[in-house]
Amino acid sequence: MTKQLNPLANSGQKIVIAVTALNAVDSPGPGVAVIRAIRECPDFEVRIIGLSYESLEPGLYMHDIVDKTYSIPYPSAGTDALLGRLIYIHNLEKIDLIIPNFDAELFNFIKLRDRLMNIGIRTFLPNLDQFEARDKIKLYEFGKKHGLTVPRDKIIYQVRDLAEIAEQVGYPMVVKGKFYDAVVANTLEQAQRAFYEIQAKWGLPIIVQEFITGTEINIAALGDGEGNAISVIPMRKLYITDKGKAWAGITLDDSTYIDLARKFVEVTKWRGGCELEVMQTIDGKSYIMEVNPRFPAWIYLTAAAGQNQPATLVKMAFGQRVLPFKTYEVGKIFIRYSWDLITDISEFQKISGTGELDGGKKSEVRNSGCGKIQFDNMN
Amino acid sequence: MLRTTILAKYSPITMMRLKKNIATSEEGFIFNPGTGDSFSTNPIGTDIIKIFKDGKTVEDVIEIICTKYDVDQKQIEKDLDDFISQLKGYNILD
Repeated sequence: MTKQLNPLANSGQKIVIAVTALNAVDSPGPGVAVIRAIRECPDFEVRIIGLSYESLEPGLYMHDIVDKTYSIPYPSAGTDALLGRLIYIHNLEKIDLIIPNFDAELFNFIKLRDRLMNIGIRTFLPNLDQFEARDKIKLYEFGKKHGLTVPRDKIIYQVRDLAEIAEQVGYPMVVKGKFYDAVVANTLEQAQRAFYEIQAKWGLPIIVQEFITGTEINIAALGDGEGNAISVIPMRKLYITDKGKAWAGITLDDSTYIDLARKFVEVTKWRGGCELEVMQTIDGKSYIMEVNPRFPAWIYLTAAAGQNQPATLVKMAFGQRVLPFKTYEVGKIFIRYSWDLITDISEFQKISGTGELDGGKKSEVRNSGCGKIQFDNMN
Repeated sequence: MLRTTILAKYSPITMMRLKKNIATSEEGFIFNPGTGDSFSTNPIGTDIIKIFKDGKTVEDVIEIICTKYDVDQKQIEKDLDDFISQLKGYNILD
């Protein structure tokens, strides 16, 4: 007998899914792409609850994407503050599943995983050991342990250590922050400047990594938590922003990348979505440069290529047994674009003042350029 | 003077094989699905790739192109040599 995916199907209700990272800006969070993929799955109906940190995250105002948004406390406020807010939202919305998509918030959500489940909110996340094993700070050890190729690196707390490391890894070297930012340094002076700048932003330690040249490949993978990669889609960036983000990309056909992602999921027993950032060198080595513990912002490409990873995660979170995908479309291209979304000050006021924003009402503000201007009432 | 021609480099019966899964179109678009690289070539390049795909030899390519485009054989040999080097450099030919 086929397992019923939607426990609310008989009552005519929708699955309620809460999603974070609605910052669809120039370096976008994955939230909007995750929702877009989920909404396109014909196997279930959903009500989407946006969880926001900032009042100007564009996803809040995309009312065909998000049904209602609630602000949540910053990760630095801790798990108790987050849990309290989620319980409040859950009492109103009866959330079935939360899909967090920010690196910085995942620690809190993973810590709360069991407590959320106890009140009926599912997640589909790795455990804390898996999450921390692939941390940038531990990546080299992780690679050595599992036979994965990763660049040599050193974790440092003092700027004076740079000179000694330079003798080992040579120039250029990559100076990286523990959460974000990476600078390629060609001299000791450049490395020192990068050290101080990154320290000021993200604190210590600083990671100094061997510079690897090659073609940058990104791989979106979905693990079932038992060592099986349910979906793997490799993508090459075709256009890169000044922040190193993909503005366009194409799906590739190369079993090297599929095998690499499968091995990662197998050795970690990864549960949920992740992204491997890989550098393919001219001599054919695939270096894992970073592992992001959540879906990438380009995740909608997986749905477009025939392996809808977000929708599949929803199915697995509801206990449905899903077999690994076998095929996908090669040569599918995404091209990101900018769009000026127009909204009312009243909407901004609501999310800023009350921490909640209904998605039902479409903005009527239009200035057609023909002299007719109409404002909504502030309420 | 020693002159290197394509027929000195490759046997006339050498068949050039496109790498696995290389996609080509009649408009001269070439796509390598393993790397994501794409290229465009002119009508003569399109013809040459089609002839390679049909399993013809280097000698066949020279003969067919000479006939179709009414150009000097030495010139074709030189240009074909360059073209094959480019295709190999871009990982399109085995």
